[in-house]
Amino acid sequence: MTRKVQLFSMENTTLAGIASQVRRDIVRMVSAVNSGHPGGSLGCTDFLTYLYFEQMQHNANDFQMDGKNEDLFFLSNGHISPVWYSVLARAGYFPVAELGTFRKLGTRLQGHPSTDKNLPGIRMASGSLGQGLSVGIGAAQIKKLNQDPTLVYTLHGDGELQEGQIWEAAMYAAANKVDNIIATIDANGRQIDGDVDEVLSLGDLNQKWLAFGWEVLHMDGHHFDSIRHTMQQAKSLTGKGKPVVIIMKTEMGQGVDYMMGSHKWHGVAPNAEQLQAALDQLEETHGDY
Amino acid sequence: MEFEVLGNKDTRSGFGEGLAELGQQNPDVVALCADLTGSLKMDAFQKSHPDRFFQAGIAEANMIGLAAGMTIGGKIPFTGTFANFSTGRVYDQIRQSVAYSKKNVKICASHAGLTLGEDGATHQVLEDIGMMRMLPNMTVIVPADFNQTKQATIAIAAHDGPVYLRFGRPVMPIFVKPDAEFIIGKADVLTEGTDVTIIACGHMVWKSIEALKTLHEMGISAELINMHTIKPLDEAAILKSVAKTRCVVTAEEHMMNGGLGEAVSQVLSRKHPVPQEYVAVNDTFGESGTPMELMTKYHIDTPDVVAAVQRAIARKVK
Repeated sequence: MTRKVQLFSMENTTLAGIASQVRRDIVRMVSAVNSGHPGGSLGCTDFLTYLYFEQMQHNANDFQMDGKNEDLFFLSNGHISPVWYSVLARAGYFPVAELGTFRKLGTRLQGHPSTDKNLPGIRMASGSLGQGLSVGIGAAQIKKLNQDPTLVYTLHGDGELQEGQIWEAAMYAAANKVDNIIATIDANGRQIDGDVDEVLSLGDLNQKWLAFGWEVLHMDGHHFDSIRHTMQQAKSLTGKGKPVVIIMKTEMGQGVDYMMGSHKWHGVAPNAEQLQAALDQLEETHGDY
Repeated sequence: MEFEVLGNKDTRSGFGEGLAELGQQNPDVVALCADLTGSLKMDAFQKSHPDRFFQAGIAEANMIGLAAGMTIGGKIPFTGTFANFSTGRVYDQIRQSVAYSKKNVKICASHAGLTLGEDGATHQVLEDIGMMRMLPNMTVIVPADFNQTKQATIAIAAHDGPVYLRFGRPVMPIFVKPDAEFIIGKADVLTEGTDVTIIACGHMVWKSIEALKTLHEMGISAELINMHTIKPLDEAAILKSVAKTRCVVTAEEHMMNGGLGEAVSQVLSRKHPVPQEYVAVNDTFGESGTPMELMTKYHIDTPDVVAAVQRAIARKVK
């Protein structure tokens, strides 16, 4: 299925302008090394752009591992590292030129995020799925112990929710009233082997999170107004005794027409010709790396 | 050579006392437990510092992830559960969120080995030292008695990095002095000797001490090393000793595969090949029984140390 994609053409400083550049970075990064995960990266581009450029209090220029008095973000579905790396670089954590080293020998931009190369912005390795919610909850509890009023954000794939550890963590956070965390689910309905509903249905996700004792919000992950409205609402729900989860509807491959509507671009890189077709749909707003 | 027995206690109680002391000394120490607070002797810490104690319930994977996340705000998390649930059950969580991410988590594992006893093979992990020493960035410590477990518990809080601390359930003699200094990676030479080097860890240090008497009567001069740190291994202590004795016996409450003996053999084969005999469990699961019955049946008892010494000496190049 092919869809018409609106060319992002707003002025550079807008979130849409940044997101368009991030999408260019993503497809160029994965194409250059013929590996990586463009589908979910493109689908989470608008969310992560909003998170880092508008929602979070964070310090890109002086990265501190302990993250005291700043909001923290943990990417639990580590395979969408291209979008995270691009957003971190564009936000000022490290030079944009370093995006060109993605997945190459000796790079700080490992295939899946890691801390052992000291890339600013990353506080925990991820890639093996299901671990980031526990990590975020642990970090959130210590924020409370340290009387640090800032928040913890996490992002998870919907397929990732098939991992049991997610539900151990969900139960724990509600039981312990960890109300300074906002988890977001990238509900694109796709995973490697096909549609989530076909591979292993999550059932009624809304009811599941409610039953586990979380505040549940829904948003359209491709409209900044919806993202802004929901994220502000989520923030206003913190500190009220319950953890908050946002089920974010997205399209895998968003912004590149031939990647949308299927699971097939989960972990496949575009070739040179496909790359050009993708770049033709994405305005260069902040200069390619 | 006489070893003064200072009392009889379980090593897990040494952990509990050490953790309680840490609670008073260091406000950054936090503790997590997966529904085994009493078994791990973590009650004292929990009572004194309820705000720094986190009950994870029967959800060990989440507990390890929580602990990893807790390091980020500068805390030093100590996780507590049985050795089986501290390692095999959560290996991938430890691998990614603790070891690879170099997080300052202390994984404290009780009821290790056969001496857990009657609960049987489901709970008697004999592979944990191997699993943990294979992980880069991981320090692996197996203290010998109550006092040393307490000292090690306190010492690892001051070490920046992931640690696996292994201890057990049975009441055993205490022979390490209460004021002894515990240095991670520095072996304790308990007796000096010339005919054989015995390198032991955990409960097998006491079994080896028991063997010394018989060996002495046989006219064998044994050098006994308490190798409480499996990783990083004190290579210098091993090489210095075998230069003198020219043969080695390793003794551990663990599988022969992957354990202390294998770590020692890697040093010897590369730097100073000498005959080595193993006192260890040989590729089999355990079963229900009392701790001492199991040590006898699975050949990790005092007579097994003596027999291994005789075999090692017999293989020495004349």
